[in-house]
Amino acid sequence: MITSNPPFPVNSYGPDAVIMKDIDGLNWNLSEYEKRGGYQALRKILVEGMSPEDVIAEVKKSALRGRGGAGFSTGLKWSFMPKGEGQKYVVCNSDEGEPGTFKDRDLLRYNPHIVIEGMAIAAYAIRASVGYNYIHGEIWEVYERFEEALEEARAAGFLGNQIMGSQFAFDLYAHHGFGAYICGEETALLESIEGKKGQPRFKPPFPASYGLYGCPTTINNTETFAAVPSLILEGADAYLSLGKPNNGGTKIFSVSGDVVRPGNYEVRLGTPFADLLEMAGGMRDGNDLKAVIPGGSSMPVLPAEVMMATDMDYDSIAKAGSMLGSGAVIVMDETRCMVRCLLRLSYFYHEESCGQCTPCREGTGWLYRLVKRIQNGTGEDGDIDKLLSLSDNIGGRTICALGDAAALPVKSFIEHFRPEFEYLIKYKKSQVESI
Amino acid sequence: MTDRRLLSIKAYEDIDKEIAKYPVERKSSAVMAALAIAQNEAGWVSEQVVEDVAAYLDMRPIAVWEVATFYGMYNLEKTGRSKLAICTNLPCALQGANKTVDQLKAKLGIDFNQTSSDGAVTLKEAECMGACGDAPVVIINDREMRGKIGVEVVDSLVEELKLR
Amino acid sequence: MITLEVDGKTVEVENGSTVMDAANKLGVHVPHFCYHKKLSIAANCRMCLVEVEKAPKPLPACATPATQNMKVYTRSEQAKNAQKGVMEFLLINHPLDCPICDQGGECQLQDLAVGYGGSGSRFNEAKRIVSTKELGPLVSASEMSRCIHCTRCVRFGQEIAGVMELGMAGRGEHSEIMSFVGSTVESELSGNMIDVCPVGALTSKPFRYAARTWELARRKTVSPHDALGSNLTAQIKGDTVIRVVPYENAEINECWISDRDRFSYEGLNASDRLLSPMIKTDGVWEEVDWALALDHIKEKLASSNIKPESIGAFAVPQATTEELYLFQKFIRALGSENIDYRLRQTDHEASSNSRVPWLGMSITDVEHLDRILVIGCDIRKEQPLLAHRMRQAVKKNDASLAFINSMTSDSLAQAAKDYLVAPSHIAELMCQVVKAVSGLLGRKMPEGFDDCKVGKDANHIAELLVSGSKKLILVGAMCRNHADRSKIEWLSHLLGELVDAKVGLLSEGANSLGAEIVNSLPGSNGLDAGEMITTPLDAYFLLHAEMGEDSCMPGPAADALKSAQLVVALNAFKGEVSEYATVMLPISPFSETAGTFINLEGISQSFGPVAPTKGLSRPAWRLIAALGKLLDLTDFEYQSIEDVRAQLKDHLDGLPAKLQMKPDLSSMRTQLKGSAHVGIERLSDVPMYSVDSIVRRASALQLTKEAMFDCVWVSTDLSTELDISDQDIVRVEQGGNHFDLPAQVDSSLMCSVVRVSMNSRASKVIGGVTGAVRITKLHSVSTVA
Ligand SMILES: Cc1cc2nc3c(=O)[nH]c(=O)nc-3n(C[C@H](O)[C@H](O)[C@H](O)COP(=O)(O)O)c2cc1C
Ligand code: SF4
Ligand code: FES
Repeated sequence: MITSNPPFPVNSYGPDAVIMKDIDGLNWNLSEYEKRGGYQALRKILVEGMSPEDVIAEVKKSALRGRGGAGFSTGLKWSFMPKGEGQKYVVCNSDEGEPGTFKDRDLLRYNPHIVIEGMAIAAYAIRASVGYNYIHGEIWEVYERFEEALEEARAAGFLGNQIMGSQFAFDLYAHHGFGAYICGEETALLESIEGKKGQPRFKPPFPASYGLYGCPTTINNTETFAAVPSLILEGADAYLSLGKPNNGGTKIFSVSGDVVRPGNYEVRLGTPFADLLEMAGGMRDGNDLKAVIPGGSSMPVLPAEVMMATDMDYDSIAKAGSMLGSGAVIVMDETRCMVRCLLRLSYFYHEESCGQCTPCREGTGWLYRLVKRIQNGTGEDGDIDKLLSLSDNIGGRTICALGDAAALPVKSFIEHFRPEFEYLIKYKKSQVESI
Repeated sequence: MTDRRLLSIKAYEDIDKEIAKYPVERKSSAVMAALAIAQNEAGWVSEQVVEDVAAYLDMRPIAVWEVATFYGMYNLEKTGRSKLAICTNLPCALQGANKTVDQLKAKLGIDFNQTSSDGAVTLKEAECMGACGDAPVVIINDREMRGKIGVEVVDSLVEELKLR
Repeated sequence: MITLEVDGKTVEVENGSTVMDAANKLGVHVPHFCYHKKLSIAANCRMCLVEVEKAPKPLPACATPATQNMKVYTRSEQAKNAQKGVMEFLLINHPLDCPICDQGGECQLQDLAVGYGGSGSRFNEAKRIVSTKELGPLVSASEMSRCIHCTRCVRFGQEIAGVMELGMAGRGEHSEIMSFVGSTVESELSGNMIDVCPVGALTSKPFRYAARTWELARRKTVSPHDALGSNLTAQIKGDTVIRVVPYENAEINECWISDRDRFSYEGLNASDRLLSPMIKTDGVWEEVDWALALDHIKEKLASSNIKPESIGAFAVPQATTEELYLFQKFIRALGSENIDYRLRQTDHEASSNSRVPWLGMSITDVEHLDRILVIGCDIRKEQPLLAHRMRQAVKKNDASLAFINSMTSDSLAQAAKDYLVAPSHIAELMCQVVKAVSGLLGRKMPEGFDDCKVGKDANHIAELLVSGSKKLILVGAMCRNHADRSKIEWLSHLLGELVDAKVGLLSEGANSLGAEIVNSLPGSNGLDAGEMITTPLDAYFLLHAEMGEDSCMPGPAADALKSAQLVVALNAFKGEVSEYATVMLPISPFSETAGTFINLEGISQSFGPVAPTKGLSRPAWRLIAALGKLLDLTDFEYQSIEDVRAQLKDHLDGLPAKLQMKPDLSSMRTQLKGSAHVGIERLSDVPMYSVDSIVRRASALQLTKEAMFDCVWVSTDLSTELDISDQDIVRVEQGGNHFDLPAQVDSSLMCSVVRVSMNSRASKVIGGVTGAVRITKLHSVSTVA
């Protein structure tokens, strides 16, 4: 039971919120969700008789892109599922562990039914009869709330057999993680549900052909599923027009770091970064913006001036040299030592490497130790180039993208803030004092 | 079959509920949940816990051991009455987590992975808990998350835990 | 088929092939560690990264599917950079202790490091230290810092051995290969982990530091220990076999061997090797020269006290075909028909000429089966690699397996279903299955089955057998030593005919088929092994046989031998035979002689000696030939093993016909049911590491749990009923004799069954066969405390 969170004003997530519209911290349960129009999209599909293909076409048209990191077209992903008979699964990735990301937690604790409804629609579209929601072990109370919401949905007939009188049957269960970032990687997550270590699988085969228990499986991020009900209800065009072409809809950005009001803000894709920063109350203590990691710690860092000229959507951020990723915006001000910031991230990837690929298992530790050397003043000439060369030897050479996730920050921090590294090596102390 | 079971009847009932989530021939899917349930009751994942869970789920003990050692939240050693895990990842650090850590260490008189002399608190360093908006974030005994743990609340937090 | 290009060369591969397959087909070597052709693909070492046209980054050859018109470059700049990068990472934490590593000279890492490693290291951090793991007597894991985390050993356990003994615990850099706290690694195939380990992390414990690999001579031979006929490479330093590894043979053992095949060589060097002929005079053994020893035998045989028809001969199925042939020829030439190699068999009713004991199909075909019924057999221990083939059948064809047994089949495969019955009820259950199958197929019920009531288990088995298309009914060696042997075999044949299944009869040792074809069996008025013991004879000849261990009647056998006037033991070891022999003749074990084994599929494999003979010992075939000549027996002029083989040719040529011979099913209508007992029954097995004289002397194997059989295993039900706990001393009474042993509760046993192994201490007194027993608890360990 979540007891500790007080209610908050309904527009806390921003005026354009769709997924988090009218959420006040208390109105999570089924009856409240239904009052907000909940389960109407599922009803529309089942009662009005949209075919699975129609649903997939609609999702494709909406330009909904995966909210979990890679930004892959959701409709396209669903269309990869084989059409025939046989067990299929839909899996929700709520293993939110990418540093800086905390949107799925809010979604699940304040609006769990929207995820359930989104998953049910997805299940219908891909002809899956069973689903699992893999929830980060650290947010145990949220896991318990989701279980409660599932109970409500089962009791109300939104899960189970003959949903809303149709032939559609769907069972959904929650599975919790227990402290392994890598399980956010979709195939590691599947291994984890199977009761094994969360070690990513080599792809191909992709989950659509060989997923959970070897069956075709679609896996999406929590927010991706949460975007589906309104997309279906309002139509693909309406959803698309909320954002930009190829970047449909709204996106929840988790803003953390040196801002006045860290928190989740749901904005239209394409919103200028400056506007988002303002929603978060601007820079803390009147300090100047130095750098932003715009998409979760695995994405390249961007310097202030680039960020301030960038819009928050997949294509714009890519053009600026980073990625929208999971929508975690980590803001760093002028007082931050970039070497120390990188050190903490490098430690993270070193700690969280699953250990199967040689470059990642051995390389992440080496990267971390090298950054540490530089940070603590025992770095040597050549260490920076060594870091870059090691990053090249890790990136793109591993089974999953954690290798890249460890390499990209190193490369981008050096690219944009190389003088800070050089200064430390030369003078054995940081140009800026705090972390 | 011997009935010398390690956990309470309730614990096995809870494990059964988890098993029921998965296809019948996929019992081992419940291993993470079973270990978490066992840890919640026994305090840690001992060798006996691993063997018991393995037997209950028809798994090889080494397969269960792989799981227990892979996921960071399983306690492979006994902890104090409370396990206090604090995130020190970048977003939390930017919100002062390191200062909180220093204060916690001083107040408890211990370093990470140690237990206070009164057996009340074991301090753990943790990675991103997916709650960075509330940074700095701690988790007490795996299940209770608290946010905004700045230096100013360390004293009361420690007092509270000592009373548990 | 897919056509692609590797390094500019075009190659065609089958659909579903990988880039690695394509490269292999062309003979292009792509460096690799985790890839192993018999294991699942892990793609974790990343050593095999190659450049693929249009791919943005290098791809692992082992895991990347080959596609039409793909262009692969294994030695391009991009590929080499990637490979070098990986090699650097592999070496940073590796101890680089090649000079003291057992793997030195045959290490894949060492080999590749030369080609792909840089010269100096850019790694200035402290190297990771990984603690030593204690894995038991066979596999050493003392230098785990050498491990490169390729997980071959883990996958081997999961996929080939069928038991996960090792795992990779921990995460990331802290990952370590280990067993579960305190567990040893000694399943019947675990030694293969040493071979699959590409570096020197897992090594052979008995071999540790015994030699540098380049000092070794390598010679091919064949294993004598089970009926598979695994091909071995014996490695010899000086005159001594000091290591045995597999010699790959796709049709037989692939690249694997059982631990028994691998570690038994230690027995060859046992301290009780017989190195000189010896004669016992007035109870005292004396070393003599060959001439004296043979003259002594000649004299004894010539004395009127020894009647030709009162000469008996025991052989073992580990003897070579040449030895067995000459041995029976010699005995028959002396005028006796009393010869047998089936020393543990008790039921000789259906004389074995009805069907030679063979698999009924090829070993490789076992993988293609979809229905397997195994009867009275601990297959993993009897024929470890056949069990592996069955696991492959389950994996590849989703084969259904059923076991009729008195104990559960110990995780042979998840798919296996056990039908537990007491040993004496096996025949009864088989009758039920025959009846159920007849019912399902709408056939006329065979005669003699009227009063048989079909139970649930029989129905299940019947349903299994009438479905499916490729089927095998396999009768285990345990049944060969069963009082109902002939009934069980007969019923199996009947069932096989009904459901169109092949019927396989497993046998002991490497060469039961050889023994059969050269007729190492009693003649029509000769005595079988049991009768030679119960009817004491004047003289005995023993070929490799140690009656205390190889016979199911060790006590009576010893009595019979001790009362004989002449007991000639042809043996490589003196330890046991010196107790009852009067003459000991040192003969070569298989490793020091040329010979031929015929495996359970009927494949005849000849081999030469891999090491010189020890002391004065001689190959048995030479010795028997010499003895025949000395005794002026006809046709014992053999110059070379080829002369012997020439005479074997006809026998071998007749083998295929013998294998195809249909058993005579009309012969056995009466007394269908087994000798069903009520009450407690003994299950008797030959422990895995007691099957023959060499294994019994292999010291590392004797330290495994499998060799700890001096106890009575009691089913869980019986333990509750009789209030027996582990280590309590219990009395076992069987056939008027009794023995006391500590108890061990065993949940795999059928409820009314206790297991006492044939080679336990008790066996010497109560014999080695299944049957009704009484169990009483004498005293409990807990009362002491
Ligand atoms: C190391 C790593 C961690 C990841 N963590 C997450 C995560 O916490 N949540 C998530 O939704 N996706 C995560 N992903 C991305 C998933 O693999 C996957 O792309 C995503 O769940 C697909 O959903 P989407 O298409 O809806 O984005 C991660 C990927 C990697 C490589
Ligand atoms: S890249 Fe790292 S985390 Fe990803 S599979 Fe490889 S070792 Fe595991
Ligand atoms: S051999 Fe291909 S990754 Fe190891």
